[in-house]
Amino acid sequence: MNRIDQLFAQKKQNVLNVYCTAGFPTLESTLPVMQALQSAGADLIELGMPFSDPLADGPVIQDSSTQALKNGMTLARLFEQLKDFRSSIQLPVILMGYLNPILQMGVENFCRQCAAVGVDGLILPELPLPEYEKEYQAIFEKYGLYLIFLVTPETSEARLRRLDAASKGFLYAVSSSSTTGKDKDMGDQTAYFRKLQALHLKNPVLIGFGIKDKGTFTTACTYSNGAIIGTAFIKAIANANDALPATVKSFIQGIIA
Amino acid sequence: MKIAENTFNSPYQADKNGFYGRFGGAYIPEMLYPNVEELQLKYKEILADPSFQEEFQQLLTDYVGRPSPLYLAKRLSEKYGGHIYLKREDLNHTGAHKINNTVGQILLAKRLGKKRIIAETGAGQHGVATATVCALMNMECVVYMGSVDIKRQAPNVARMKMLGATVVPATSGSETLKDATNEAIRDWINNPVNTHYILGTAAGPHPYPDMVARFQSVISEEIRKQLLEKTGKEIPDYVVACIGGGSNAAGAFYHFLDEPSVRLIAVEAAGHGNDSGESAASTVLGKVGLIHGAKTLLMQTDDGQITEPYSISAGLDYPGIGPMHAHLFESGRGTFLSATDNEALAAAFELTRLEGIIPALESSHAVAKLKDLALRPEEVVVVCLSGRGDKDMEAYIRNLDKF
Repeated sequence: MNRIDQLFAQKKQNVLNVYCTAGFPTLESTLPVMQALQSAGADLIELGMPFSDPLADGPVIQDSSTQALKNGMTLARLFEQLKDFRSSIQLPVILMGYLNPILQMGVENFCRQCAAVGVDGLILPELPLPEYEKEYQAIFEKYGLYLIFLVTPETSEARLRRLDAASKGFLYAVSSSSTTGKDKDMGDQTAYFRKLQALHLKNPVLIGFGIKDKGTFTTACTYSNGAIIGTAFIKAIANANDALPATVKSFIQGIIA
Repeated sequence: MKIAENTFNSPYQADKNGFYGRFGGAYIPEMLYPNVEELQLKYKEILADPSFQEEFQQLLTDYVGRPSPLYLAKRLSEKYGGHIYLKREDLNHTGAHKINNTVGQILLAKRLGKKRIIAETGAGQHGVATATVCALMNMECVVYMGSVDIKRQAPNVARMKMLGATVVPATSGSETLKDATNEAIRDWINNPVNTHYILGTAAGPHPYPDMVARFQSVISEEIRKQLLEKTGKEIPDYVVACIGGGSNAAGAFYHFLDEPSVRLIAVEAAGHGNDSGESAASTVLGKVGLIHGAKTLLMQTDDGQITEPYSISAGLDYPGIGPMHAHLFESGRGTFLSATDNEALAAAFELTRLEGIIPALESSHAVAKLKDLALRPEEVVVVCLSGRGDKDMEAYIRNLDKF
């Protein structure tokens, strides 16, 4: 059973998914950050593969991506770092990223390495649904990788249903139409969250974008199975240096305690 | 004149999903999907609407000043052989071909009910052309421009400001056209309902490459008519155009794509040379990849990170090319050459002294390759002179002693 399914079989409320950029703040912090997230009580880890031109991201995640690349991060190096991560980390892990580095590595090669190290799913926001179904789905399934689709407040109901049908593991509901880290008021989105609830989707729903503290996390969880925190976490660990585990712990505790 | 009616019969045109061979498509995050889908569903219908066509043609005639002249450059022809014609897009209102597309897209934006316009710009010509049509139509206008380009194209920045646009510096990456485009796309993600993105080149997600090519196709439509009048034959031997993203080349090639006797010459910017590490020649240095929502030829590392291009010309300083051009390259239909900074500068000074025409640095790259064509006396060449050089005077004055 895929670890994402296991998670949602056991926990249906207040699921906390945390985004971190691989190779940030230092090249070697990928694993320590993941381990700290696990000890601190996160439920899911979304690991960002740094890219030079992250179109869907705001300045904070852009900068973390740029820093990670400066640190020497590459996709090949990420798989080296992840080689034995399953000996210490049991949480489901999703790789999130832009398509170009994956195309250069070769889609099948990438998937094979994901499966070999124990990655459970992928978030690839630029991959069009028809192309996924035609050219990628069979490969992803062969390697047991779940592809998680995004929906936004502007997504039509018909498309929402299609994306829910195609998505595996959960559905990623973007709270407002924005790049990551934009401080839009979530209060305005309750109608959208209610609409999602009323649709009785096949997948669990996690809300992301704009979740930055206990208040926003709690609000999001009222309408969904849980939420995703990215920008606020990146900000918190950017200057953590030696105090990384303690910083991660106090950040996560501040959300879920 | 009318906008090209595309029946998808040509192997060099976009198919219904926006693919040119294996290039093109729309690789965009879900946040952009409704905007892009709306364009995909409506652009052809709107373009084909008689009231749209009437308004578009009238503005091209009375406001842009079309048709632009096709000028037989006699002294240039004496030097390089053949009959060299210049398609004078530099004489358009605002000084470049970019206005053809912005007039079309602003009319489209109005019909889509959009209230706010965003654009990216490299040399500033597309930014000026966008700010111009926004002033004309009383629309809010925000132009993203790399910080490096803001410095090197100062006259155009001033023009945009006078036209009422907000110019926002893009400070990431190499702070040039690619980065300005990233910021424009991010703006669109954040403003999905009221905003139309007037993309300035034949790149980006479907339908932009096809839509921009159609708006620019007036260039080759006029060339055919004008050649017929002047030479009795509407088909030249060569069409030469510079290419960054590739909008003037797309327009200049459009009505010759299915005329196999016409050699289509695209000239990329080679910066300090294609071996120097400082170049923008995507067909020489690129591999298949994704940039700004399209699959195309892209300069990148082995790890798939997009590399920073370089060219003296802000309009050609882009690490990819439009998908139509990637297909022309791969299929062999187009011939791709590249000109260095110095070749372009030399060509600019030569054209100025032989013909009294100061070209834009971008267009100078096209002129620079006349020397490589080994023209026979009877051959007819059309060079798309995409823009005028006013904006580049600082670079020209700096190099006055060298040429």
